[in-house]
Amino acid sequence: MSRERSFFNRRLHSLLGVIPVGFFLVEHLFTNYAATKGAQAFVEQVEWIWGIPFITVLEIFFIFLPLLYHGVYGLYIALQAKNNVGNFNTFRNWMFTLQRITGVATLIYVVWHVWETRVQVALYDMNATQLANLTHDILQNPVNLALYLIGLVAAVFHFSNGMWTFLITWGVTVGPRAQRVSSYVWAVVFVLVSYLGISALLAFAQSDFMGQMAQH
Amino acid sequence: MSEQQYVQLIVTRQDGPDSQPYKEEFKIPYRKNMNVISAMMEIQRNPVNAKGEKVAPVQWESNCLEEVCGACSMVINGKPRQACTALVDRLEQPIRIEPMRTFPVIRDLVVDRSRMFNALKRVKAWIPIDGTHDLGPGPRIAENDRQWRYELSKCMTCGVCLEACPNVNTKSNFVGPFVVGQVQLFNSHPTGAMNKEERLEALLDDGGLQECGNSQNCVQACPKGIPLTTAIAKSNRDATVHMFKKWLSN
Repeated sequence: MSRERSFFNRRLHSLLGVIPVGFFLVEHLFTNYAATKGAQAFVEQVEWIWGIPFITVLEIFFIFLPLLYHGVYGLYIALQAKNNVGNFNTFRNWMFTLQRITGVATLIYVVWHVWETRVQVALYDMNATQLANLTHDILQNPVNLALYLIGLVAAVFHFSNGMWTFLITWGVTVGPRAQRVSSYVWAVVFVLVSYLGISALLAFAQSDFMGQMAQH
Repeated sequence: MSEQQYVQLIVTRQDGPDSQPYKEEFKIPYRKNMNVISAMMEIQRNPVNAKGEKVAPVQWESNCLEEVCGACSMVINGKPRQACTALVDRLEQPIRIEPMRTFPVIRDLVVDRSRMFNALKRVKAWIPIDGTHDLGPGPRIAENDRQWRYELSKCMTCGVCLEACPNVNTKSNFVGPFVVGQVQLFNSHPTGAMNKEERLEALLDDGGLQECGNSQNCVQACPKGIPLTTAIAKSNRDATVHMFKKWLSN
Protein backbone atom coordinates (compact mmCIF):
# COMPACT_ATOMS: atom_id res chain seq x y z
CA MET A 1 0.00 0.00 0.00
CA SER A 2 2.64 2.49 1.02
CA ARG A 3 4.61 1.78 -2.14
CA GLU A 4 1.60 2.62 -4.27
CA ARG A 5 0.61 5.67 -2.24
CA SER A 6 0.76 8.15 -5.12
CA PHE A 7 -1.30 5.78 -7.27
CA PHE A 8 -3.94 5.62 -4.54
CA ASN A 9 -3.91 9.41 -4.03
CA ARG A 10 -4.22 10.11 -7.74
CA ARG A 11 -7.07 7.68 -8.22
CA LEU A 12 -8.86 9.07 -5.16
CA HIS A 13 -8.37 12.59 -6.51
CA SER A 14 -9.81 11.52 -9.86
CA LEU A 15 -12.78 9.69 -8.32
CA LEU A 16 -13.69 12.46 -5.87
CA GLY A 17 -13.56 15.00 -8.70
CA VAL A 18 -16.53 13.23 -10.25
CA ILE A 19 -18.27 11.60 -7.31
CA PRO A 20 -19.28 13.68 -5.45
CA VAL A 21 -17.65 17.01 -6.46
CA GLY A 22 -18.60 16.95 -10.15
CA PHE A 23 -22.03 15.60 -9.37
CA PHE A 24 -22.54 18.36 -6.81
CA LEU A 25 -21.47 21.05 -9.29
CA VAL A 26 -24.08 19.96 -11.82
CA GLU A 27 -26.76 19.59 -9.13
CA HIS A 28 -25.89 23.04 -7.72
CA LEU A 29 -26.16 24.74 -11.12
CA PHE A 30 -29.38 22.87 -11.83
CA THR A 31 -30.86 24.20 -8.57
CA ASN A 32 -29.67 27.72 -9.34
CA TYR A 33 -31.27 27.51 -12.77
CA ALA A 34 -34.59 27.76 -10.93
CA ALA A 35 -33.66 31.41 -10.36
CA THR A 36 -34.41 32.06 -14.03
CA LYS A 37 -38.05 31.37 -13.18
CA GLY A 38 -37.97 33.99 -10.43
CA ALA A 39 -36.94 34.25 -6.80
CA GLN A 40 -39.97 32.26 -5.63
CA ALA A 41 -38.99 29.18 -7.67
CA PHE A 42 -35.42 29.43 -6.38
CA VAL A 43 -36.54 29.72 -2.76
CA GLU A 44 -38.75 26.64 -3.16
CA GLN A 45 -35.82 24.65 -4.57
CA VAL A 46 -33.56 25.72 -1.71
CA GLU A 47 -36.19 24.86 0.90
CA TRP A 48 -36.63 21.44 -0.67
CA ILE A 49 -32.89 20.76 -0.46
CA TRP A 50 -32.69 22.07 3.11
CA GLY A 51 -35.45 19.59 3.93
CA ILE A 52 -33.28 16.58 3.03
CA PRO A 53 -32.56 14.59 6.21
CA PHE A 54 -28.97 14.74 7.55
CA ILE A 55 -28.20 17.60 5.14
CA THR A 56 -25.29 18.84 7.32
CA VAL A 57 -23.73 15.38 7.37
CA LEU A 58 -24.13 15.20 3.59
CA GLU A 59 -22.61 18.65 3.21
CA ILE A 60 -19.57 17.73 5.31
CA PHE A 61 -18.86 14.24 4.00
CA PHE A 62 -20.14 14.50 0.43
CA ILE A 63 -19.20 18.06 -0.42
CA PHE A 64 -16.79 19.77 1.97
CA LEU A 65 -14.23 17.02 2.67
CA PRO A 66 -14.05 15.63 -0.90
CA LEU A 67 -13.78 19.17 -2.24
CA LEU A 68 -11.03 19.98 0.25
CA TYR A 69 -9.05 16.87 -0.74
CA HIS A 70 -9.58 17.44 -4.45
CA GLY A 71 -8.60 21.10 -4.12
CA VAL A 72 -5.49 20.66 -1.99
CA TYR A 73 -4.11 17.59 -3.78
CA GLY A 74 -5.04 19.18 -7.10
CA LEU A 75 -3.02 22.27 -6.22
CA TYR A 76 -0.04 20.02 -5.53
CA ILE A 77 -0.48 18.37 -8.95
CA ALA A 78 -0.91 21.71 -10.72
CA LEU A 79 2.28 23.13 -9.20
CA GLN A 80 4.26 20.05 -10.27
CA ALA A 81 3.73 20.61 -13.98
CA LYS A 82 6.28 22.33 -16.21
CA ASN A 83 3.82 23.78 -18.73
CA ASN A 84 5.25 23.89 -22.23
CA VAL A 85 2.56 25.13 -24.62
CA GLY A 86 5.22 27.45 -26.02
CA ASN A 87 7.05 24.52 -27.60
CA PHE A 88 4.11 22.12 -27.94
CA ASN A 89 1.26 24.18 -29.25
CA THR A 90 -1.30 21.37 -29.48
CA PHE A 91 -4.96 21.26 -28.49
CA ARG A 92 -4.46 18.63 -25.79
CA ASN A 93 -1.44 20.40 -24.32
CA TRP A 94 -3.53 23.58 -24.06
CA MET A 95 -6.26 21.58 -22.35
CA PHE A 96 -3.64 20.21 -19.94
CA THR A 97 -2.47 23.73 -19.09
CA LEU A 98 -6.00 25.14 -18.88
CA GLN A 99 -7.05 22.27 -16.63
CA ARG A 100 -4.39 23.43 -14.16
CA ILE A 101 -5.15 27.14 -14.53
CA THR A 102 -8.92 26.64 -14.16
CA GLY A 103 -8.31 24.29 -11.25
CA VAL A 104 -6.43 26.93 -9.29
CA ALA A 105 -8.94 29.63 -10.36
CA THR A 106 -11.85 27.43 -9.26
CA LEU A 107 -10.22 26.73 -5.91
CA ILE A 108 -9.79 30.46 -5.19
CA TYR A 109 -13.30 31.21 -6.45
CA VAL A 110 -14.93 28.43 -4.44
CA VAL A 111 -13.26 29.54 -1.18
CA TRP A 112 -14.54 33.09 -1.74
CA HIS A 113 -17.99 31.92 -2.87
CA VAL A 114 -18.43 29.59 0.11
CA TRP A 115 -17.41 32.42 2.46
CA GLU A 116 -19.85 34.85 0.88
CA THR A 117 -22.84 32.50 0.80
CA ARG A 118 -22.73 29.26 2.80
CA VAL A 119 -20.72 30.68 5.70
CA GLN A 120 -22.93 33.80 5.90
CA VAL A 121 -26.05 31.59 5.95
CA ALA A 122 -24.57 29.67 8.88
CA LEU A 123 -23.36 32.79 10.75
CA TYR A 124 -26.61 34.73 10.49
CA ASP A 125 -28.94 31.72 10.44
CA MET A 126 -30.58 32.91 7.23
CA ASN A 127 -33.69 31.49 5.65
CA ALA A 128 -33.99 30.73 1.94
CA THR A 129 -35.51 34.11 1.08
CA GLN A 130 -32.69 35.93 2.86
CA LEU A 131 -30.20 33.77 0.94
CA ALA A 132 -31.85 34.71 -2.36
CA ASN A 133 -31.65 38.34 -1.34
CA LEU A 134 -27.99 38.00 -0.32
CA THR A 135 -27.08 36.41 -3.66
CA HIS A 136 -29.01 39.12 -5.47
CA ASP A 137 -27.09 41.80 -3.56
CA ILE A 138 -23.72 40.23 -4.32
CA LEU A 139 -24.42 39.87 -8.03
CA GLN A 140 -25.81 43.37 -8.50
CA ASN A 141 -22.23 44.56 -8.15
CA PRO A 142 -20.83 44.28 -11.73
CA VAL A 143 -17.32 43.40 -10.48
CA ASN A 144 -18.71 40.53 -8.42
CA LEU A 145 -20.85 39.41 -11.35
CA ALA A 146 -17.82 39.38 -13.65
CA LEU A 147 -15.75 37.42 -11.10
CA TYR A 148 -18.62 34.97 -10.59
CA LEU A 149 -18.93 34.47 -14.36
CA ILE A 150 -15.19 33.78 -14.63
CA GLY A 151 -15.28 31.43 -11.63
CA LEU A 152 -18.29 29.61 -13.00
CA VAL A 153 -16.86 29.07 -16.48
CA ALA A 154 -13.53 27.97 -14.96
CA ALA A 155 -15.31 25.45 -12.73
CA VAL A 156 -17.43 24.07 -15.57
CA PHE A 157 -14.42 23.84 -17.87
CA HIS A 158 -12.45 22.04 -15.15
CA PHE A 159 -15.35 19.65 -14.68
CA SER A 160 -15.91 18.94 -18.39
CA ASN A 161 -12.25 18.51 -19.28
CA GLY A 162 -11.77 16.61 -16.03
CA MET A 163 -14.43 14.16 -17.14
CA TRP A 164 -12.48 13.61 -20.33
CA THR A 165 -9.33 12.75 -18.35
CA PHE A 166 -11.35 10.78 -15.78
CA LEU A 167 -12.47 8.39 -18.54
CA ILE A 168 -8.82 7.85 -19.51
CA THR A 169 -7.57 7.55 -15.94
CA TRP A 170 -10.02 4.72 -15.27
CA GLY A 171 -9.35 3.07 -18.62
CA VAL A 172 -12.79 3.64 -20.15
CA THR A 173 -11.74 5.54 -23.29
CA VAL A 174 -8.60 3.80 -24.52
CA GLY A 175 -8.06 4.41 -28.24
CA PRO A 176 -7.65 7.72 -30.09
CA ARG A 177 -11.11 7.47 -31.68
CA ALA A 178 -12.85 6.90 -28.35
CA GLN A 179 -10.92 9.80 -26.84
CA ARG A 180 -11.83 12.08 -29.76
CA VAL A 181 -15.53 11.26 -29.45
CA SER A 182 -15.23 11.84 -25.71
CA SER A 183 -13.77 15.33 -26.39
CA TYR A 184 -16.84 16.23 -28.46
CA VAL A 185 -19.24 14.88 -25.84
CA TRP A 186 -17.60 16.84 -23.02
CA ALA A 187 -17.38 19.98 -25.16
CA VAL A 188 -21.16 19.81 -25.53
CA VAL A 189 -21.54 19.23 -21.79
CA PHE A 190 -19.31 22.27 -21.16
CA VAL A 191 -21.60 24.46 -23.28
CA LEU A 192 -24.83 23.15 -21.75
CA VAL A 193 -23.72 23.32 -18.11
CA SER A 194 -22.17 26.77 -18.67
CA TYR A 195 -25.52 27.88 -20.10
CA LEU A 196 -27.30 26.68 -16.94
CA GLY A 197 -24.91 28.52 -14.67
CA ILE A 198 -24.62 31.74 -16.66
CA SER A 199 -28.37 32.15 -17.06
CA ALA A 200 -28.83 31.66 -13.30
CA LEU A 201 -26.14 34.26 -12.51
CA LEU A 202 -27.71 36.78 -14.90
CA ALA A 203 -31.15 36.13 -13.41
CA PHE A 204 -29.84 36.82 -9.88
CA ALA A 205 -28.22 40.02 -11.13
CA GLN A 206 -31.45 41.51 -12.51
CA SER A 207 -32.45 44.56 -10.52
CA ASP A 208 -36.06 43.38 -10.11
CA PHE A 209 -35.11 39.81 -9.10
CA MET A 210 -36.53 40.07 -5.57
CA GLY A 211 -39.44 42.21 -6.76
CA GLN A 212 -40.73 39.31 -8.81
CA MET A 213 -41.06 37.44 -5.56
CA ALA A 214 -43.25 40.08 -3.93
CA GLN A 215 -45.71 39.79 -6.79
CA HIS A 216 -46.37 36.09 -6.04
CA MET B 1 28.76 28.79 -59.21
CA SER B 2 26.63 31.07 -57.14
CA GLU B 3 27.85 32.81 -54.01
CA GLN B 4 28.69 30.66 -50.97
CA GLN B 5 25.68 30.29 -48.67
CA TYR B 6 25.96 29.86 -44.90
CA VAL B 7 24.06 28.02 -42.22
CA GLN B 8 23.60 29.83 -38.93
CA LEU B 9 23.53 27.75 -35.75
CA ILE B 10 23.04 28.83 -32.14
CA VAL B 11 24.23 26.05 -29.89
CA THR B 12 23.56 25.96 -26.15
CA ARG B 13 26.80 24.66 -24.75
CA GLN B 14 27.96 23.51 -21.37
CA ASP B 15 31.58 22.66 -20.58
CA GLY B 16 30.86 20.08 -17.90
CA PRO B 17 28.08 18.57 -15.78
CA ASP B 18 28.26 21.35 -13.18
CA SER B 19 29.19 24.34 -15.32
CA GLN B 20 26.86 27.08 -16.50
CA PRO B 21 25.28 26.73 -19.94
CA TYR B 22 25.99 29.45 -22.53
CA LYS B 23 24.97 30.11 -26.13
CA GLU B 24 27.47 30.13 -28.96
CA GLU B 25 26.80 31.09 -32.55
CA PHE B 26 28.35 29.35 -35.56
CA LYS B 27 28.27 30.18 -39.25
CA ILE B 28 29.19 27.26 -41.45
CA PRO B 29 29.30 26.88 -45.24
CA TYR B 30 26.12 25.45 -46.68
CA ARG B 31 26.13 22.19 -48.62
CA LYS B 32 23.18 20.47 -50.21
CA ASN B 33 21.18 17.97 -48.13
CA MET B 34 22.84 18.78 -44.82
CA ASN B 35 21.40 17.56 -41.56
CA VAL B 36 22.18 18.86 -38.09
CA ILE B 37 24.80 16.14 -37.59
CA SER B 38 26.73 17.08 -40.74
CA ALA B 39 26.48 20.72 -39.72
CA MET B 40 28.10 19.87 -36.40
CA MET B 41 30.75 17.75 -38.15
CA GLU B 42 31.55 20.92 -40.08
CA ILE B 43 32.07 22.72 -36.73
CA GLN B 44 34.26 19.82 -35.65
CA ARG B 45 36.43 20.24 -38.76
CA ASN B 46 36.76 23.97 -38.23
CA PRO B 47 35.85 24.87 -34.65
CA VAL B 48 35.57 28.61 -35.08
CA ASN B 49 32.54 30.50 -33.81
CA ALA B 50 30.70 33.30 -35.60
CA LYS B 51 32.96 35.89 -33.96
CA GLY B 52 35.96 34.16 -35.51
CA GLU B 53 37.32 32.77 -32.22
CA LYS B 54 38.74 29.27 -32.09
CA VAL B 55 36.70 27.21 -29.62
CA ALA B 56 36.43 23.63 -28.45
CA PRO B 57 34.36 21.64 -30.98
CA VAL B 58 30.74 20.97 -29.98
CA GLN B 59 30.23 17.55 -28.37
CA TRP B 60 27.27 15.37 -29.28
CA GLU B 61 26.34 11.73 -29.44
CA SER B 62 25.22 9.90 -32.55
CA ASN B 63 25.33 6.41 -33.86
CA CYS B 64 23.11 4.94 -36.55
CA LEU B 65 22.32 8.15 -38.46
CA GLU B 66 18.99 6.68 -39.59
CA GLU B 67 16.70 7.42 -36.62
CA VAL B 68 16.69 3.98 -35.05
CA CYS B 69 19.22 4.24 -32.22
CA GLY B 70 17.97 7.35 -30.41
CA ALA B 71 21.45 8.57 -29.44
CA CYS B 72 21.40 11.94 -31.21
CA SER B 73 18.24 13.30 -29.55
CA MET B 74 18.46 17.02 -28.83
CA VAL B 75 16.19 20.04 -28.79
CA ILE B 76 16.21 21.63 -32.25
CA ASN B 77 14.27 24.87 -32.68
CA GLY B 78 12.40 24.12 -29.47
CA LYS B 79 11.40 20.57 -30.39
CA PRO B 80 13.12 17.44 -29.05
CA ARG B 81 14.03 15.19 -31.98
CA GLN B 82 16.89 13.27 -33.57
CA ALA B 83 19.60 15.44 -35.11
CA CYS B 84 20.16 12.90 -37.91
CA THR B 85 16.70 13.40 -39.40
CA ALA B 86 16.67 17.15 -38.77
CA LEU B 87 17.36 18.37 -42.32
CA VAL B 88 18.87 21.84 -42.51
CA ASP B 89 16.80 22.74 -45.59
CA ARG B 90 13.60 22.22 -43.60
CA LEU B 91 14.67 24.17 -40.52
CA GLU B 92 14.18 27.81 -39.76
CA GLN B 93 17.48 29.68 -39.34
CA PRO B 94 19.26 30.43 -37.14
CA ILE B 95 18.91 26.82 -36.04
CA ARG B 96 18.72 26.73 -32.25
CA ILE B 97 20.27 23.59 -30.82
CA GLU B 98 20.02 22.71 -27.14
CA PRO B 99 20.56 19.58 -25.07
CA MET B 100 17.51 17.75 -23.65
CA ARG B 101 17.76 19.33 -20.23
CA THR B 102 15.24 16.92 -18.70
CA PHE B 103 18.32 14.71 -18.40
CA PRO B 104 21.61 15.56 -16.68
CA VAL B 105 23.84 17.29 -19.23
CA ILE B 106 27.33 15.82 -19.41
CA ARG B 107 28.81 18.19 -21.94
CA ASP B 108 27.32 20.41 -24.68
CA LEU B 109 24.62 18.22 -26.28
CA VAL B 110 25.58 14.98 -24.56
CA VAL B 111 23.07 13.94 -21.90
CA ASP B 112 22.88 11.01 -19.52
CA ARG B 113 19.76 8.97 -20.30
CA SER B 114 20.44 6.23 -17.76
CA ARG B 115 17.25 7.07 -15.83
CA MET B 116 15.42 5.46 -18.77
CA PHE B 117 17.38 2.25 -18.41
CA ASN B 118 16.65 2.30 -14.69
CA ALA B 119 12.94 2.71 -15.43
CA LEU B 120 13.03 -0.29 -17.79
CA LYS B 121 14.74 -2.36 -15.10
CA ARG B 122 12.17 -1.26 -12.55
CA VAL B 123 9.22 -2.53 -14.61
CA LYS B 124 11.11 -5.68 -15.66
CA ALA B 125 10.88 -4.85 -19.34
CA TRP B 126 12.00 -8.28 -20.53
CA ILE B 127 10.63 -11.80 -20.82
CA PRO B 128 12.23 -14.31 -18.44
CA ILE B 129 12.74 -17.43 -20.56
CA ASP B 130 16.15 -18.60 -19.43
CA GLY B 131 16.07 -22.06 -17.92
CA THR B 132 18.32 -25.05 -17.44
CA HIS B 133 16.39 -27.04 -20.01
CA ASP B 134 14.86 -26.42 -23.44
CA LEU B 135 11.47 -24.79 -22.94
CA GLY B 136 10.38 -25.53 -26.50
CA PRO B 137 8.90 -23.06 -28.95
CA GLY B 138 6.81 -20.23 -27.54
CA PRO B 139 3.09 -19.82 -28.25
CA ARG B 140 1.97 -18.28 -31.54
CA ILE B 141 0.80 -14.68 -31.58
CA ALA B 142 -2.33 -13.51 -33.40
CA GLU B 143 -1.66 -11.13 -36.31
CA ASN B 144 -3.59 -8.30 -34.63
CA ASP B 145 -1.51 -8.61 -31.47
CA ARG B 146 1.68 -8.80 -33.52
CA GLN B 147 0.87 -5.54 -35.28
CA TRP B 148 0.16 -3.80 -31.96
CA ARG B 149 3.37 -5.19 -30.45
CA TYR B 150 5.38 -4.18 -33.51
CA GLU B 151 4.36 -0.55 -33.02
CA LEU B 152 5.37 -0.67 -29.35
CA SER B 153 8.63 -2.43 -30.15
CA LYS B 154 9.87 0.57 -32.15
CA CYS B 155 10.85 2.42 -28.96
CA MET B 156 14.55 3.33 -29.06
CA THR B 157 14.68 4.96 -25.57
CA CYS B 158 15.63 8.22 -27.26
CA GLY B 159 14.17 10.35 -24.46
CA VAL B 160 12.07 12.64 -26.66
CA CYS B 161 8.81 11.75 -24.88
CA LEU B 162 10.34 12.62 -21.51
CA GLU B 163 11.56 15.96 -22.80
CA ALA B 164 8.11 16.70 -24.29
CA CYS B 165 6.11 15.65 -21.22
CA PRO B 166 5.14 18.52 -18.90
CA ASN B 167 5.02 16.08 -15.99
CA VAL B 168 8.62 14.86 -16.33
CA ASN B 169 10.66 17.47 -14.47
CA THR B 170 12.68 18.08 -11.36
CA LYS B 171 9.55 18.59 -9.23
CA SER B 172 8.07 15.23 -10.21
CA ASN B 173 9.35 11.66 -10.11
CA PHE B 174 7.47 10.48 -13.22
CA VAL B 175 9.49 7.80 -14.99
CA GLY B 176 8.17 8.88 -18.39
CA PRO B 177 5.67 7.77 -21.04
CA PHE B 178 7.98 5.37 -22.92
CA VAL B 179 8.07 2.86 -20.08
CA VAL B 180 4.28 2.45 -20.21
CA GLY B 181 4.57 1.38 -23.84
CA GLN B 182 7.25 -1.15 -22.85
CA VAL B 183 5.07 -2.61 -20.09
CA GLN B 184 2.31 -3.08 -22.68
CA LEU B 185 4.82 -4.61 -25.12
CA PHE B 186 5.94 -7.28 -22.68
CA ASN B 187 2.55 -7.80 -21.06
CA SER B 188 0.95 -8.48 -24.44
CA HIS B 189 3.46 -11.22 -25.24
CA PRO B 190 1.98 -14.66 -24.46
CA THR B 191 5.03 -15.70 -22.43
CA GLY B 192 5.63 -12.24 -21.02
CA ALA B 193 2.00 -12.15 -19.83
CA MET B 194 2.95 -14.74 -17.18
CA ASN B 195 4.61 -11.89 -15.27
CA LYS B 196 2.18 -9.13 -16.16
CA GLU B 197 1.04 -8.45 -12.58
CA GLU B 198 4.65 -7.94 -11.51
CA ARG B 199 5.25 -5.38 -14.28
CA LEU B 200 1.95 -3.63 -13.67
CA GLU B 201 2.60 -3.28 -9.94
CA ALA B 202 6.04 -1.88 -10.62
CA LEU B 203 4.43 0.57 -13.04
CA LEU B 204 1.99 1.73 -10.36
CA ASP B 205 4.75 2.42 -7.85
CA ASP B 206 5.54 6.02 -6.91
CA GLY B 207 6.41 8.05 -9.98
CA GLY B 208 4.63 5.59 -12.26
CA LEU B 209 1.66 5.57 -14.59
CA GLN B 210 -0.55 7.74 -12.37
CA GLU B 211 1.73 10.76 -12.87
CA CYS B 212 0.47 11.08 -16.46
CA GLY B 213 -1.58 14.27 -16.90
CA ASN B 214 -2.92 13.50 -20.40
CA SER B 215 -1.29 16.40 -22.20
CA GLN B 216 -0.63 13.79 -24.92
CA ASN B 217 2.60 15.53 -25.93
CA CYS B 218 4.39 12.17 -25.93
CA VAL B 219 2.37 10.72 -28.78
CA GLN B 220 2.82 13.94 -30.77
CA ALA B 221 6.55 14.10 -30.17
CA CYS B 222 7.49 10.40 -30.52
CA PRO B 223 9.67 10.11 -33.66
CA LYS B 224 8.60 6.49 -34.11
CA GLY B 225 4.87 7.21 -33.88
CA ILE B 226 4.40 4.82 -30.97
CA PRO B 227 0.76 4.86 -29.71
CA LEU B 228 1.89 5.92 -26.24
CA THR B 229 -1.41 7.45 -25.14
CA THR B 230 -3.23 4.24 -26.11
CA ALA B 231 -0.67 2.27 -24.11
CA ILE B 232 -1.24 4.62 -21.16
CA ALA B 233 -5.05 4.32 -21.28
CA LYS B 234 -4.77 0.54 -21.72
CA SER B 235 -2.50 0.36 -18.67
CA ASN B 236 -5.00 2.50 -16.77
CA ARG B 237 -7.69 -0.05 -17.64
CA ASP B 238 -5.39 -2.90 -16.56
CA ALA B 239 -4.69 -1.02 -13.32
CA THR B 240 -8.40 -0.52 -12.60
CA VAL B 241 -9.12 -4.23 -13.10
CA HIS B 242 -6.02 -5.20 -11.12
CA MET B 243 -6.96 -2.89 -8.23
CA PHE B 244 -10.49 -4.23 -7.84
CA LYS B 245 -9.31 -7.83 -8.23
CA LYS B 246 -6.74 -7.31 -5.50
CA TRP B 247 -9.20 -5.65 -3.11
CA LEU B 248 -11.89 -8.25 -3.62
CA SER B 249 -9.68 -11.35 -3.67
CA ASN B 250 -7.66 -10.63 -0.53
